[in-house]
Amino acid sequence: MVFLSNLVNGISLGSIYAIIALGYTMVYGIAKMLNFAHGDVIMVGAYIIFCAAQYWNLPFIVSLLIAMAVCTLLGITIEKLAYKPLRQATSLAVLITAIGMSYLLQNTALLIWGANPKVFPDLMNLNTLQLFDGQLSIKGEILVTIAANIIIMIALTMFTSRTKMGKAMRCVSEDRGAAELMGINVNRTISVTFAIGSALAAIAGMLLCSSYPLLQPTTGSMPGIKAFTAAVFGGIGSIPGAMLGGILLGIIEILGKAYISTELGDAIVFAVLIIVLLVRPTGLLGKAVREKV
Amino acid sequence: MSENKLRQNTPMVPYPSGAIVPERDLGSIPVLECTHLGIDFGGLKAVDDFNVIMGRTEIAGLIGPNGAGKTTIFNLLTKVYQPTRGTMMLEGRDMGNMTTVDVNKAGIARTFQNIRLFGNMTVEENVRIGLHNQIRYGMFSGILRLPKYWKSEKQQHERSLELLDIFDMASLADARAGSLPYGAQRRLEIVRALATHPKLLLLDEPAAGMNPHETEELMENIMKIRDQFRIAVLLIEHDMNLVMGICEDICVLNFGRIIAKGTPDEIQRNPAVIEAYLGKQKEAKA
Amino acid sequence: MRTKKARFITSMVTYGVVIALFIILTVMIDNKSISRTLKGQLIPICSWIVMAVSLNLVVGISGELSLGHAGFMSLGAFSGIVMSGWLLNGFQMEDPSLRLILAILAGGLVAGVVGALIGIPVLRLRGDYLAIVTLAFGEIIKNVMNCVYVAVEGKQLHWGFLTNELPGTLLLNGPMGAVKVKAISTFTAGFLLVMFTLIVVLNLANSRSGRAIMAARDNRIAAESMGIHITKYKMMAFVTAAVLAGMAGALYGLSMATLVPTKFSFNESINVLVFVVLGGIGNIPGSIVSAAALTILPEKLRFLQNYRMLAYAVLLILAMLLSNNPVMKSLLKKLIPWRKKPADGEEAMRA
Repeated sequence: MVFLSNLVNGISLGSIYAIIALGYTMVYGIAKMLNFAHGDVIMVGAYIIFCAAQYWNLPFIVSLLIAMAVCTLLGITIEKLAYKPLRQATSLAVLITAIGMSYLLQNTALLIWGANPKVFPDLMNLNTLQLFDGQLSIKGEILVTIAANIIIMIALTMFTSRTKMGKAMRCVSEDRGAAELMGINVNRTISVTFAIGSALAAIAGMLLCSSYPLLQPTTGSMPGIKAFTAAVFGGIGSIPGAMLGGILLGIIEILGKAYISTELGDAIVFAVLIIVLLVRPTGLLGKAVREKV
Repeated sequence: MSENKLRQNTPMVPYPSGAIVPERDLGSIPVLECTHLGIDFGGLKAVDDFNVIMGRTEIAGLIGPNGAGKTTIFNLLTKVYQPTRGTMMLEGRDMGNMTTVDVNKAGIARTFQNIRLFGNMTVEENVRIGLHNQIRYGMFSGILRLPKYWKSEKQQHERSLELLDIFDMASLADARAGSLPYGAQRRLEIVRALATHPKLLLLDEPAAGMNPHETEELMENIMKIRDQFRIAVLLIEHDMNLVMGICEDICVLNFGRIIAKGTPDEIQRNPAVIEAYLGKQKEAKA
Repeated sequence: MRTKKARFITSMVTYGVVIALFIILTVMIDNKSISRTLKGQLIPICSWIVMAVSLNLVVGISGELSLGHAGFMSLGAFSGIVMSGWLLNGFQMEDPSLRLILAILAGGLVAGVVGALIGIPVLRLRGDYLAIVTLAFGEIIKNVMNCVYVAVEGKQLHWGFLTNELPGTLLLNGPMGAVKVKAISTFTAGFLLVMFTLIVVLNLANSRSGRAIMAARDNRIAAESMGIHITKYKMMAFVTAAVLAGMAGALYGLSMATLVPTKFSFNESINVLVFVVLGGIGNIPGSIVSAAALTILPEKLRFLQNYRMLAYAVLLILAMLLSNNPVMKSLLKKLIPWRKKPADGEEAMRA
């Protein structure tokens, strides 16, 4: 039962990683850059929800929508100001800029909201599901997280395969030059990608803080890095890959913390990243599913 | 014997295996021998059944329309790509397990179609990088400035100037390589390749962007290099004056396959070659 | 155009200025005409200069972004502390200078060995992946150091992983780190380490190996086609930098009374990266200036404490935009006409 409970927790944490990883994987697939600041957009999203719910007493759904809108705008602005001017630059320059952006967000949040952790309110007010005569209890947030992950995953897959914009995204990720020649507006496609990734980041922020309710300016950075690990694990550029990678990584982290060592939980996650990159740099689904988005 | 006469005095003769090499190279082992070489990109056979034998001091040409697979063959020969099929032998040594670095150490040096100089380094430093495995000293000699460092640096300097002198570029030694005019950059790439002490020099469109006068000079220099260093040269070129002027053996490629092989005279008269270059109105190629 | 002569002059001026500053500061210390805060900062400044210069070897000269440099500093610091404690308790070696030298060597050795072990797999990767894996290794080192316990009993060193039940006196106490360290680092030692670092990095850069490292950075395929073993030379830069970072760590660690493993977090790696970027990627004298300035300034501007990291972030982004965006570059050239011409060959090479 303890194992099962850990497993469920792992899947839940993994689902959050998966949603964050989607943002990384789409941006990496299309703009060919590691958007280091993505994790911090999550943090911003969580703070917005926190403020909306706590200070302005808005309903939960409205708070979430506001946060998604703010994050979308933030994502597009970051891309326009910092990354777009560097389209032709080396990956070293782009990555350093992205790290700078990550620090900018963290420290702006520090100035606005302070360093003291905020306790994230219990917004969803869900009941706990009791199974096996109460031996296994699953929190409502966990079920919502897993469900959200599945819905987002299906919606995104539909979006990239059915809609015109989704197809444009796949074109740009395959060959930016050729896509441009075919009349696809590459800049707009990249903007939309950032917008979607950032909106998802707001959802991820909400889910993350519902499960781990301590909010501070650095809240997003570690999950961000781990989610990138998940994206690489599943195969960068692949939507199902991000989901698979995220969930596996979540399970590995929780089980590692439970059965190996709490102190080494992060080390285990990073060890997984290193091993994956060395053994199979394309990730689990990187080659098999040629769906680059 | 003058350089030009060397070629004219040497008739092309068959090897026992049937391959054609210059008569003067008959006694020595062929510098390059490719058999059934091929590579697939996805389902496309970018190069297929490429067979070639080059004599010790032969100048050979690789021609064909754009996209015929010429540069791909250079990339195979230098192991930038791994061949899907076939074997490559350098002076009888199998190149199957070699990496790009090994291939260079074993004796193949190349230039690039899109020039790949170290643009921020000086001309001399570019040549010195070519001398990397020729005049060596270790990391610690370098850091501690041991006598070995001073001696080898002096050797590298002198050797670089000697090599640059072939193309009268010694005076440019301290110029930034990226600031050179196009033609000079191409010549510098050849010098840099020569510095690695190759047995076979691969030149990818050496005359591209050169004016007729420069091309004339280049032809002289390629033959000079061949005679001075006793090496073989395989070149890709679209300038037919250059190809017909200095190549002893020409290989015509189309759609990744050899469609004709022979001396310049034979190639010029070959109907398959004319068709590949000018196209045929009626029937498609069988 | 940077000819050999120009490079030689730059090196000599760099050495000269560093030596002159050392002499001036030493005289000032003797005259007691130096503020206490600055005096206390001299050794950390030396450590950060060594960190910045060594990271510049990786980022600037070898062209790879390493985000785990603080990890090597951590290894160096804690192995230096253990070495010093061991020599003092086990061998009654009282001479602090000798102990410091041995501790710095130990720090460099441990960091170098781990650097080599990490480098073998990491340097096969490229670009962003390499950066993220160095970050991962940095975090792993931090995590592992949090679980390491070392005690000394006579001449015997005892190691514990996740357990502090060791006989003797504890030198490293897991997450509590090292406590009651005998601070033996001196400014002279710091100066000598900076000089050593400069000699190693500048001489390496201007040698056969250095040219190979830069060739591998500028054009991988061309370098391989010239017979240069890319991984070998990337490794050379990476391990050399790790050794130097380990030495800097030992110097730093032995200047503090206490030191916790979490000190060497990802943030510290980024700090050092900020020094490198603001001093100029590939510009060694620049790294020295920015490391020194950015260590002193925050102390002087304490009232701006909260804005420091914000300013760093903005500076990082601006530095990248100004040096890499064609429009911004030409704008900068118009504003500052005497600025040396940016490399125009680069675009042609990358095309």
